[in-house]
Amino acid sequence: MPLLEIRNVTKRFDNFTAVDNISLSIKAGEFFTLLGPSGCGKTTLLRMIAGFDAPDAGQILLDGEDIIGMPPEKRPIHTVFQSYALFPHMTVAGNIAFPLKMAGKTANQIKISVNEALENVHLSKFANRYPHELSGGQKQRVAFARGLINRPRLLLLDEPLGALDEKLRQDMQMELINLQKEVGVTFIFITHSQNEALALSHRIAVMNQGAVEQIDEPSKIYSCPANRFVANFVGKINLMNAQVLEATASHLTLKVDGLGTVTVPGKDDVKVNDEGVMAIRPEQVKIAHYAENERPAPYCIGKVQDFLYIGDVTTYIIALDNGVHLEALLPNSTPGLAKLFEINDTVAVNWLPDSAQFLKN
Amino acid sequence: MSRNNIALWAMAGLVYSFLYIPLIIVVVYSFNDSKLNAEWVGFTFSWYRTLFHNEEMLTAARNSLFIAISASFLATTLGTMAGLAIHRCKLKVLPMLAFTPVAMPEILLGVSLLLFFLQVLNMTLGLFSIIIAHTIFCIGFVTIIVRARLQGMDESIFEAARDLGATPWQTFHQITLPLIKPAVIAGALMSFTLSIDDFVITFFTKGVGEPILPIQIYTMIKVAVTPEVNAISTLLMLLTLILIIIANKFDTRMLPGDSEK
Repeated sequence: MPLLEIRNVTKRFDNFTAVDNISLSIKAGEFFTLLGPSGCGKTTLLRMIAGFDAPDAGQILLDGEDIIGMPPEKRPIHTVFQSYALFPHMTVAGNIAFPLKMAGKTANQIKISVNEALENVHLSKFANRYPHELSGGQKQRVAFARGLINRPRLLLLDEPLGALDEKLRQDMQMELINLQKEVGVTFIFITHSQNEALALSHRIAVMNQGAVEQIDEPSKIYSCPANRFVANFVGKINLMNAQVLEATASHLTLKVDGLGTVTVPGKDDVKVNDEGVMAIRPEQVKIAHYAENERPAPYCIGKVQDFLYIGDVTTYIIALDNGVHLEALLPNSTPGLAKLFEINDTVAVNWLPDSAQFLKN
Repeated sequence: MSRNNIALWAMAGLVYSFLYIPLIIVVVYSFNDSKLNAEWVGFTFSWYRTLFHNEEMLTAARNSLFIAISASFLATTLGTMAGLAIHRCKLKVLPMLAFTPVAMPEILLGVSLLLFFLQVLNMTLGLFSIIIAHTIFCIGFVTIIVRARLQGMDESIFEAARDLGATPWQTFHQITLPLIKPAVIAGALMSFTLSIDDFVITFFTKGVGEPILPIQIYTMIKVAVTPEVNAISTLLMLLTLILIIIANKFDTRMLPGDSEK
């Protein structure tokens, strides 16, 4: 039995459907991420799981029991808020002790648990500080410790790393993974950052306009996006309009704008004449200086129009003859060399047949 | 110091003199050993002594204190509740209705309360009617202060409390009340100072009988500004000053964590 099951849940605000008939189930011990742009309904879904909002339709089952109508304080579910929501009039220790106090634990039990929790998040020295005397990362750790102190069945995390700077965020990501492994509590994590989702999660649900577009492991989400939205939202991708000329179980023959016929791996439920896009990730695109009469013939020839140096990698923007643009990403593995091609270089563009795929519109 | 600065200081000095010189004169003459507020004769406490033997004045002071304490207690309780309710309710007309008595000319409030007490409720005017009247005009101030405090706060704090196992009552008791406490105290002190020296509304709702301090002072002035009036004014000023200082200590920005916002 899944730990949490969401069945056909819908939530409307006036005329706006924030969550549209969503169903998903989460296993115990999982690090599950809801990924989507702002306004996609992920926070609304989280608030319904926490008990702050009630769905207009559908069921939310925890251990097989419908929890709709149960007030938030009765649910064994805690939330880490984006703003941390620490109680400003309580010390760090007071904040962490709050859930235990509400659960009616004795002063002695509380003291032991709080000290242990403070040690776990390396905040023992800060026990008597007030939230406004802490840095962003410290507040974050207090919020985690407070949310986990009485071992809820489920911890909901609403973009908890959103307010931190880049370096700190990466450190906190590692800490979060370790913390989850250590305590074994199931996490539902909300983010609009695809990097965060890919790095942290066991499974990701990509959401858009109140609906779930795909639920899968991070590597599947990235390499086999279910549709154009997922492909575009998670990572960078080249998309070129295409039409199916021939469809077999093993491969599809596409007519791609500007490239002619291209063969890509086969896919279920794709028929001849289907319209869509051929999708390929920039790091799968291989470019090389063009030499005439090269064998095997490249997919196409283009000119380097621009490049974006990011440090570890450089993205080259290749203009094909017919005005289509392609991005290719190459690692800067040669010491001292920031780019391998100059603007206006003619390059041959290639890729492995398996790395391109067809996505229906 | 530049020329501009000197002009600015001079201007500020003038404004402050204008505000404080009359008050200082009252204080000084309350210690003057002369029946006339004309020239300084010598230092004395005798006016205070006379004051403390003036039975009517003492009753008036007692009445005023009783009214101020009762009205500020009622107004603080009701105003805090109103502030919380208005903050939660999204209806725009509600805050307006609560704040109107604050902006309303006092004389209007006084007249309408008089009519209401006499003609609608058919009640006898006295301390009780004054307390009700004072409570009514103080509620708005408390409501405004409490609501302003709530508006500056992160709403998710209250949700977090519920989320972490607190019932609505526990959330109020452990989180909401401590967080709005500075506003509640400030509101209470403000109500007290407003009530204790209120003249207009008291005048309309007091009826005959019980002497009330501001009215008593006014009655004494009708004859002449005696040093006794100076003495009672000085004491009133002292009380107000103390309350203002306490209220400032409980400025709504006083709580740890507020600097985040």
